[in-house]
Amino acid sequence: MNFNAVWTIYIFEMRRFFRTMTQSIVSPVLSTSLYFVVFGTAIGSRIQEVEGTSYGAFIVPGLIMLTVMTQATSNASFGIYFPKFIGTIYELLSAPVSFLEIVAGYVGAAATKAMFIGVIILITSFFFVDITIAHPLAMVAFLTLTCISFALLGFIIGIWAGNFEQLQLIPLLVITPLVFLGGSFYSISMLPPIWQSITLFNPVVYLISGFRWSFFGTADVSIGLSLFAIALFTGACLAFIWWIFKTGWRIRQ
Amino acid sequence: MPAIVSVQNLRKAYAGGFEALKSVNLDIEDGEILALLGPNGAGKTTLISTICGITVPTSGSITVGGHDTQTDFRAARKLIGLVPQEINLEPFETVFSTVSFSRGLFGKPRDDAKVEAILKQLSLHDKKDNKIMMLSGGMKRRVLIAKALAHEPQVLFLDEPTAGVDVELRKDMWDVVAGLKASGVTIILTTHYIEEAEAIADRIGVISKGEILLVQDKADLMAQMGRKQIQIELAQAVDDIPSALKSYALERADDGLSLIYSYDTTGERTGITTLLNDLQKAGLQMKDLQTRQSSLEDIFVDLVKETA
Repeated sequence: MNFNAVWTIYIFEMRRFFRTMTQSIVSPVLSTSLYFVVFGTAIGSRIQEVEGTSYGAFIVPGLIMLTVMTQATSNASFGIYFPKFIGTIYELLSAPVSFLEIVAGYVGAAATKAMFIGVIILITSFFFVDITIAHPLAMVAFLTLTCISFALLGFIIGIWAGNFEQLQLIPLLVITPLVFLGGSFYSISMLPPIWQSITLFNPVVYLISGFRWSFFGTADVSIGLSLFAIALFTGACLAFIWWIFKTGWRIRQ
Repeated sequence: MPAIVSVQNLRKAYAGGFEALKSVNLDIEDGEILALLGPNGAGKTTLISTICGITVPTSGSITVGGHDTQTDFRAARKLIGLVPQEINLEPFETVFSTVSFSRGLFGKPRDDAKVEAILKQLSLHDKKDNKIMMLSGGMKRRVLIAKALAHEPQVLFLDEPTAGVDVELRKDMWDVVAGLKASGVTIILTTHYIEEAEAIADRIGVISKGEILLVQDKADLMAQMGRKQIQIELAQAVDDIPSALKSYALERADDGLSLIYSYDTTGERTGITTLLNDLQKAGLQMKDLQTRQSSLEDIFVDLVKETA
């Protein structure tokens, strides 16, 4: 195992993040504040409580998930797409590194960045609502797993993308709708029965539900199922990445 | 000398069916500078890319320092440094951090002193905190070399290091290469400039249409390249070469208006002066005179014809 390489990639990517520190922090803080104003205050004044939790607090896990998933995906996809775009990928391909090491470096950095922003949103939300975290360890575990799995997805998108438009396409067309429809801002028990069934096909439901459980102890689906879903998703992404490196798809001729 | 890089029956065919390399065999000796000459599209870059691991071979085997590049890729790649043809660099990074990145990527622990020494060797030290985008084209090429040397490789591949580079910088680059050779690095460079190969290589390989046509000691090849022709245009056509000039092995042009004399520029005597004297003695009146050197293209054409 080439640990020096993993660490080098990781630090190199993290430095990119810290170079744009202000943007990295200001943008999620601002958008979270806006969500609290619009959803928490405007809608929250009519809904009051969901499953025994104030609406403002109820949306916090969903908000964190929304940002973390989008950030992990876009960070990882950009991280690997950029070397492809400017041609520096030659160095990764000619270096004594395995696919696992490249993935560990890029995905690790992307997941860390997303996690960092997730924590900032959590801190921001303390200024708006009262929240207690019922299962802090589980919360950290869910957050970490989500960051990693979506960074893996982002890595795949970055390898697949042929231009900057494609890089934005999946996060915009797939992830954002899935997160919005995955119970970020509502409990799926609030939906009509038919939509409850349809929603269960959305993998994001399981992640948000599990994450919300770690905050409030209540969930839309069982915690075991949530864990299984996230493990399945991570496994599928890893398998796909393994196949990419084995075949050289879109990177090695 | 032992071969540090050994390429055996290497073939590379792309998905569309294009065969970029056709059963290439090549041994690169430890410590030498090998120049791979070939026209555009000959397969030079594909050969280098395949040795370095960027391209996957269709068949055949490559060993670097005795390590197979497929089955023992880590050990093989650690020995290799690659300077690509295109200037591929992260524009927003500093010189130091990008070179340091390369070192870590190849598994070496961080060593700022080593990186600084490499930057000094390439006259880049005063630019170490500059962003890549602030550098000139020549400096960027040096950064690419510094990156390739960051992990102290034994074999350095330079893919067209002087393509599109001005004369002064090209000479500068040759000095860099000579310095690297002196430090014990084996260097393989591709080029389509014969002067470049002539200036710095120990051996020259000629590649065309995915085949290595020859690999020869520079001195031998230059002797072959050193043949020149002189064309003597006559005021009046001759039907036959005068007997006084028979010893010169002249060729008569079809119209009889010119004579062609081949000579070796590397020889002590070219025989031109005596030929011109004898020409006058034989009563032939000279109208014009021009010389022609066999070019790399001629050699290519001849070689390709021979192998066809």
